[in-house]
Amino acid sequence: MIEVVKLDKGIVSDSEEINVRIGMGTCGLAAGADKVFEGLKECVKKMGVKAKLLPVGCSGTCYLEPQVELSRPGYPSAVYGNVNAASLPSILESYISGSVEGAVAIRERIGVMKGEQNLPLFDELDFNKHQVRRVTINCGKIDPESIDDYIAAGGFAGLRKVLNMKPEEVIDVVKASGLRGRGGAGFPTYLKWLICRQAVSDRKFVVCNADEGDPGAFMNRMEAESDPFRVVEGLITAGYAIGAHEGFFFVRAEKPLMASRLRKAVEEAKKRGFLGDNILGSGFSFDVQVILSAGAFVCGEETAMIAAIEGRRAMPRQRPPFPATKGLWDYPTNINNVETLAQVPVIFQLGPEKFAEVGSDRSKGTKVFCIAGKVRRTGAAEVPIGTPIRKLVFDVGGGVFEGRRFKAVQTGGPPGGCLPEKFLDLPLDYESLQAAGSIMGSGGLIVLDDEVCVVDIAKYFLTFTSAESCGKCAPCRVGTKAMLSILTRISEGKGEMGDLDKLRKLAEAMRDTSLCALGQGAPNPVITTLRYFEDEYVAHVRDKVCPAGVCPIERKVK
Amino acid sequence: MSQDFRSVASEIVSKHGESRSSLILVLQEIQSKFNHIPFESMLEVSERMGVPLSDIYGVATFYHQFRLKPQGRHLISVCMGTACHVKGSQAIHGLLRERLGVGLDEETSPDGRFTLQKVRCMGACGLAPVLKIDGDIYGKVKPEDLDAILQKYS
Repeated sequence: MIEVVKLDKGIVSDSEEINVRIGMGTCGLAAGADKVFEGLKECVKKMGVKAKLLPVGCSGTCYLEPQVELSRPGYPSAVYGNVNAASLPSILESYISGSVEGAVAIRERIGVMKGEQNLPLFDELDFNKHQVRRVTINCGKIDPESIDDYIAAGGFAGLRKVLNMKPEEVIDVVKASGLRGRGGAGFPTYLKWLICRQAVSDRKFVVCNADEGDPGAFMNRMEAESDPFRVVEGLITAGYAIGAHEGFFFVRAEKPLMASRLRKAVEEAKKRGFLGDNILGSGFSFDVQVILSAGAFVCGEETAMIAAIEGRRAMPRQRPPFPATKGLWDYPTNINNVETLAQVPVIFQLGPEKFAEVGSDRSKGTKVFCIAGKVRRTGAAEVPIGTPIRKLVFDVGGGVFEGRRFKAVQTGGPPGGCLPEKFLDLPLDYESLQAAGSIMGSGGLIVLDDEVCVVDIAKYFLTFTSAESCGKCAPCRVGTKAMLSILTRISEGKGEMGDLDKLRKLAEAMRDTSLCALGQGAPNPVITTLRYFEDEYVAHVRDKVCPAGVCPIERKVK
Repeated sequence: MSQDFRSVASEIVSKHGESRSSLILVLQEIQSKFNHIPFESMLEVSERMGVPLSDIYGVATFYHQFRLKPQGRHLISVCMGTACHVKGSQAIHGLLRERLGVGLDEETSPDGRFTLQKVRCMGACGLAPVLKIDGDIYGKVKPEDLDAILQKYS
């Protein structure tokens, strides 16, 4: 949506227009960006400024929302953070008069405006300077609904290359890049594609898992809201490589902006011949539908998602057969996460060697991590896989608030774990996190400080998983409830020392015997907190005290 | 009204086809029409699609999005994600329950003005705690802001 406000009396110069980018992703809206947008419209009208208001997605700096960026030809673009409608007139006036004072950063240093020398570049901000932006490079910069913006930023160049290759060659390039699934399990993407390509069938499907459900993870929302064409390009490439002519986006209902952006992107891509029959004259035809998930955490499991698309209760089934050979309506089906697909165009733009230049030995490329919770700077940061936890929590996120003490970082969502201080130098990659008892998951990092109680956190996650258990297998259905009831009585000061062993035994049984990853992973928050913070459990059980003062233990007055 | 529940459901089935794979889409559209899924609509869908009513009820009760009871004029969704949890969403939810006079689970206020529900995660973790009323999202919500926010919705 572009709004051009043209007025006769220009303060800048008659021909010159000020571009105003405003972050209107979900984070921005939550911070009040819609009010700022309305305020801007009024403000430029009142001031008689020629301005183009451009709603963009999120640049990842949630802590700066609402974020506004001003630019005009020949001058540095300036980024303003935590803007409100009342501060707009002075921001605009000052920028027009040739000063960038009041901005948090500028995009480039030109040396023509007052205050430039005192401001950091946007990419040099503490939150940004450790980042290697690839899948998020367009986020917050381009108009997410404009295919021309995406093409101008290099979009669809990868697809053009792809369509000139044989499908097997495409898979080889993905293999050479070392890309692994960004949804959590880290399965090599090329292998998933290859198995599905080799499955013999007259009909195949590719599905983009946009059912981002891990609490604390919002990178898929950010990617699809801010740069949806990239995900579409990735899905077309997957379809071509596998030999599928039908694709789906399966989007979480609780993220409606993501769904509408993807829908719009599919429509636009169709109009321009990137989707539909005979794409760009290659002879390859591919169509995509956007499906709104009715909401169930278990849909993240591939076979459950398939059941949901088929119109049934989202209950997982035994694997094998894997969806790659027997998926949607029993046809071979390839399912990839939003970020995995968003990485695909990067591989073909940069080339697989350059793609693999960053990352760890066994995991190449970058990953977007979301930082939230008890941390100064919240947001989403794209860094090489294998970046230490400390760098994200302290250098990017700025650490915990004044006077608070870092306690743990929760990674991987409900099947993940809580890692204490001694793991701060652990590299964020699939294997290291698993060895420490947690998982990468989709890349959410929730920072916990000394005001957070680990028993409460374990109880929180079991409340979540017991409610989200689909009920098909007993270990998960009954196990999550049993764990929750033990944790609840511990949190109320009614636990016994034997409860801790009961929790461990239940955890083991659930991990070994649950049907799918939801039940197998559900005990993880309990296992890790018991392992690394046993003393806090003991304080609740033996001393009837919640050290963080969170749990509802009735304190006896001495 | 019950005739309406049936005829609208029938139109929606005609629009999306009688195939089983349209079931969730059909239920979504029925809900967006009536704010909930009336029993009579399920009955109609069952007959038109040839899917047992028990099966349709099973799907309608499995997913969070579906509501079998009518919803209030405005829907309040309190985010229960991890970041929101550690930033006090429980207290926000508790206060809202008190203000609206509703029970522990999702319920509608006696005056029919609000329905209060918990949602898993809206993905605005950077602005926790978050709540949404209809289409409006509010970030960094403080207990003292609640009255002013509620006042905007009549």
